[in-house]
Formats: sequence, structure tokens, C-alpha cells
Amino acid sequence: MTDLASSDTPTAAAVAETDDSAARLHRNLFIAIAVLLVVAPFVAYPVFVMKVLCFALFALAFNLLLGYGGLLSFGHAAYFGMASYVSAYTAKNWGLTPELAILLGTAVAALLGLVFGALAIRRQGIYFAMITLALAQMAFFFSLQTPRFTGGEDGIQAVPRGKLLGMISLADDRALYWLVAAIFMGGLLLIYRIIHSPFGQVCKAIRDNEPRAISLGYRASQYKLAVFVLSAGLAGLAGATKAIVFQLASLTDVYWTMSGEVVLMTLVGGLGTVFGPIVGAAVIVAMQNYLAGLGSWVLVVQGVIFVACVLLFREGIVGVIAKWIKKPL
Amino acid sequence: MNLKTLLAATALGALMAAPALAQQISVKAGVLNDRSGIYADLSGEGSVIAARLAVEDFKAAEKGIKVEIVSADHQNKPDVGSTITRQWYDQDGVDLILDVPTSSVALAVSQITKDKNKILINSGAGTSDLTGKACSPNTVHWTYDTYALAQGTGGAMVKAGGDSWFFLTADYAFGHSLERDTSAVVTKAGGKVVGAVRTPFPGTDFSSFLLQAQASKAKVIGLANAGGDLTNSVKQASEFGITQGGQKLAGLLTFASDVHALGLQAAQGLVLTESFYWDRDDGTRAFSERFAKLNGGKKPTMVQAGVYSGLLHYLKAVEAAKSKDSAVVMAKMKEMPTDDPLFGKGSIRVNGRKMHSMYLYEVKKPSESKGPWDYYKQIAVLSGEEAFQPLAETGCPLVK
Repeated sequence: MTDLASSDTPTAAAVAETDDSAARLHRNLFIAIAVLLVVAPFVAYPVFVMKVLCFALFALAFNLLLGYGGLLSFGHAAYFGMASYVSAYTAKNWGLTPELAILLGTAVAALLGLVFGALAIRRQGIYFAMITLALAQMAFFFSLQTPRFTGGEDGIQAVPRGKLLGMISLADDRALYWLVAAIFMGGLLLIYRIIHSPFGQVCKAIRDNEPRAISLGYRASQYKLAVFVLSAGLAGLAGATKAIVFQLASLTDVYWTMSGEVVLMTLVGGLGTVFGPIVGAAVIVAMQNYLAGLGSWVLVVQGVIFVACVLLFREGIVGVIAKWIKKPL
Repeated sequence: MNLKTLLAATALGALMAAPALAQQISVKAGVLNDRSGIYADLSGEGSVIAARLAVEDFKAAEKGIKVEIVSADHQNKPDVGSTITRQWYDQDGVDLILDVPTSSVALAVSQITKDKNKILINSGAGTSDLTGKACSPNTVHWTYDTYALAQGTGGAMVKAGGDSWFFLTADYAFGHSLERDTSAVVTKAGGKVVGAVRTPFPGTDFSSFLLQAQASKAKVIGLANAGGDLTNSVKQASEFGITQGGQKLAGLLTFASDVHALGLQAAQGLVLTESFYWDRDDGTRAFSERFAKLNGGKKPTMVQAGVYSGLLHYLKAVEAAKSKDSAVVMAKMKEMPTDDPLFGKGSIRVNGRKMHSMYLYEVKKPSESKGPWDYYKQIAVLSGEEAFQPLAETGCPLVK
């Protein structure tokens, strides 16, 4: 790769320049997102914004795996859902403070990701997707069959929001909002950092051409496992936070449709773009919420949007914008 | 003279206007249910129609109460339901929520309703936890619960001669609890449980389980399942000719909408418990006629009837209390006896349990049915006291 670049110096300089301007654009975008996060609770309903943020983080985590690792997992609901169960259970029954409950949920999801990932990355493409789906269904059945832990189909209800660090009460929506916004922003920055680190470069290389990356001396399966665990952990972070926000954890979160929903969010927003999943999550969650009055038309509208998305802008909303301005987003 | 008349008229006008102004209460009711999934036929738009009819019959406008009805689809997802509920209470000024099928959503909504001090009149959900360990001073559970269904189908069946049972149980917590509750009732009533089989959930092929049930020679096969599992197992049972062979099928969570979807050919002989059937008496028939006209010919289910009856009682309580303060209205609702053409006379217990009769029905044979929607014949009636869980056993902290 270095050989190619140095043999064509003008292009390399041009690339460096676009990289530079892209970095500047990204920095500005991060500032814009931060400003939006501050303004949002005053404009929109805070609980709704928190829901969008949780799902956006979930979609970001998923996109890290699919967009940058090239691995289509169809079982991300398992990490999201199990983390939300763990966080809800420990906050309610062990009386853990919310930050500990969330951390514990995240850790369990990462551990689950390690086990599932180690099994799944041995296969590729559709087989990988099917194995992750099968393992996630096992997690679903575990949740269904252990009502003592998960509350069966009633879920874990009335989870206390508790006090952050044992001091700040999160009962008020606004107070909780800042915590969720901070978690979201932290997750986003972490994912951005991962993507643009040498580790992320290798992941992208493996995504684009695995045999070549192996021939260059990279241990592809270790990289894949690492990105899988990171993605599972971040999905868990989103799920665990959601449990505290809604004060409940239920089977919906571990069911396979949740895995499908996150794929939909990522595709609508823009696969392999940094900011796409946020837009995708906002669109899907807003539809679920604001079209709720339309009744059965929600599913039809969702379907139409998905079809339109696939037919008209396959790169997703943000992907299309990135193409227009000719800069990676 | 003219001036005097004018003055008198003004004074009279002012006198009349004053109480009218004082009484002007506006109430916003939210119907939150499943409008696109498996419970859409059971609740859905029909519940909204029922709520509108309740407002119409109450003659709210004449009584100085302005009622607005909003509705939304919770898609059977607790997080969607909980976001809508919070938004309704915090932003949209909703005073009470009606219906809410799906136990997980109902429990979440009940919890938020308690936190925000509003009112939930639940008609659609089955879990008896709503008036048990998860009971709330802000929740009334109107139409039915799994305990009452077990009492009706289990207890009354045994009395009617079905004293040996075999269960076909969907293998998850809900199925297990249906089986456990009904077995207890059957045994207590003097019946015997000869066996049970757990079926994978969700299931499509029930043939081997049905053959097992048939071979058990039990008089009653209890179907401890719901939704798709129920329709599949009933259809396959009819293919095996189980009811023609003399065994009875008992649906432990079966609604008129399920029977309608199955058709009489498949559903005939199925025994089930409901708290409302459109063709019970003149009152229910008159209501159902009006309802069907607005709902594309479909008769109301018990859940939709419960929404009507619950909202009507709430409005009566608001009128009597001259206030819409949640605590005041709830106290009035529990104090006043309930009475309407659909559920007859009843009352609300301290734990929020609405008391009324439950009915054991058997689905007619196609030859017995006189027309569309003529589905049930009544086998037994249980009074509220017989059907619902005794207060002391509920484990509700509100019961002292």
C-alpha cells in the first residue's frame, strides 16, 4: 500500500488534503452533535430523545461490526437485550447504582460477545449471520425460560432509576437525560476513535480483502474477534442504558426482530458511515413513536420507506450526502 | 319594563352560566393498544369506537364535561408503550389511559400511571399481577384476568362433568402459569389432572401432542396457550376429530376474535370463559348492533366492551366528584357501584379489581349457528365472588 502511494506523490498529497478537510468536517460535526444534544431536551420530549440516543448507540455499535468489520451479525439483540436484563436485574434486586448496573450489563454483553464471537467468526458471510442468529435465539430462549431472572414475558418492571454515584437522583427526566447524552457521546467518540485507529485500518483491510490482510501478516481472526467483542460491548452499553431509562427490560429487546430493526436503522442511515446509524435510528424510532396513532399503517409506512431506501439510495441517507459532498462522513 | 326584563334576563343568564362554567371539565382519554399485531382484532380500533360510544351514551357534552379521545399503537412493545404513556401524561395532558393489552406493556403503563398519579383502566391485559403483587392505587383492571379464566374454565367445567384433564401447555412462563392455576382449580373442584405435555413456543405442529392428549382419554384437553399457538392447536385438533370423539377442548385464554378467525367448523365444541358476549341479552345486543355498524360489521369483543364500560364509569365518577383529580375520581369510582348494559351491576375492589359475572361458553356446531357471529351457547355463570381471586389471597399491598 505504501509503495503504491509513494509512487504517485501528487495523489498522495491530494489524499492527505481531503483527509485533513474530512477531519475538520468531522470535528465540526461532533461540535454540531454536542450542541444538538444540549438543545434537544428543550425542543423535543426528553424521554423520546433518550430513546433515540439509546438506539443510535446500538446502531453505531452494529455499524462498527458490519460497516467496518464487514461482519453481518443477525443476533445483536442478544447483547442489547441481555445487557438490559442484567442492568435492570442488578439495579432492582441488588440495589446497584445506575452507573454500576450499566457497567455490569456492558461487561456481560462483552463477555457474551466473546463467547458467541469466538464461535461465529469461524464462518463467513451468510453462515456467520446464521450462526449469530442461532446463538441469539438461544439467548432469547434462555430469557423466555428463566422467569426468575427475566420475569418471563412480563419482563423486569419498575426498575428504580436510582441515584448516580449514590448522590444525584435520576428520577427527573432532565437529570437522566444528561447521563444518557454523556454515555452516547462517549460511545460515539470511542467508536470514531476505533475506526480511525491503526486497529480500525486493519479491520477495514480485512473487510475489503481478508486473504490479502492475512498474507500481509495480520491475524485476521483475532482482529475480527476483537471488533466483535467491542461491538457487542457497545450494544450492551446501549441496552443497559435503555433499561434504566425505561425502567424495564423485556423480551422485545432480545427477540430477533430487534436484530432486524438495528440492521434496518443502519441501512437507512448509511452503512459504513460514522454518522449514518444515528440518523437511521432517529428516523426509525420517530416513525415508531409519531406514527403510533396511524395504527396498522406504521408497518406499511416502515416497509415503504425501507423499499424506497433500497431502490433510491442504497448508501443510506448519510451515505448519499457523503457522495454529494465527496467526503467520507 | 324593558330595562327590568333585560336586567332580569341578564341576571338569570349569569345565574345559569355560572354553574355551567364551574362544571366545565375537560377530560382527555388515551386508548393505548395493539393496532397492527396479534391483538388488533381483540382491541385495536374497536376499542376506540367503544370509547366514543361511551362518551356518546354518557351525554358528556350536556353534562358540561368535554371529552377528547386520542389513540396510539403500542405494537406490543413495552418501550414503545412506555414512551407514549410518558408523553401523553407529561406533554399532551392525557388524564386516563384505557385498554392496554399485553401484560408486559400493561405492567409498565400501570407503573408510570402510578408515578404520574393518573388513571389506568385496563381492559386488554390478562395478568392477575395487576391487582396482585403489582397492584396500584391508580389502576383498575376491568374485564378479565387469568385467575378468573382459570376459575371459569377449570372450575365450571369440572362441575359440568369434565372431571379429568390433560394439558397442552405452551412452554414458557405464561403457559406454565395458566396450567398451574387451572390445575389447582380443577383439583380443588374435585377433578383430576391425568397428564400434561409442554409444546415448544411458538409452535406450528401439534399433531404428536394432540395424539398424546387423545390417548390420555381425559375428558377435557386444556389448551394453556394463546394467539397463533391456540389457533394452530385448535385447527389440528379438529382435523383429528378430537371433539367429535367426545373429548372437550378448553381454551384457557381464548377470545371471541379467535373463534371468529378460526371459524365454527374448526372451533366447534371449544369451551372458554368470557365476561361479555354480544348476544347475551337485549342490552348487549343493542350496543353490539350500534358498534358493529361503526366497526365494519364486527361485533365487539369483551375487551372492547370493557373499554366502553370502564370509560362510562370513569365519566360518571367525574360527574359525581365534579373534579378530575385522580385520587378523588378513583375514590368515587371505587365507592360507586358500577352499572351498565354490558356488564350489569358490579363494583371495584380496593386492589382495583372490577367485579362482575364471568360466563362459561361452548362454541356452537355450524348446524346450530343461526347466522354470522352466532357462536356461543352458555354453559354456566360464575358470580364475581366465585370468579375473581379473594382479596386476601391477591398479595396486593393495598389490601389491609
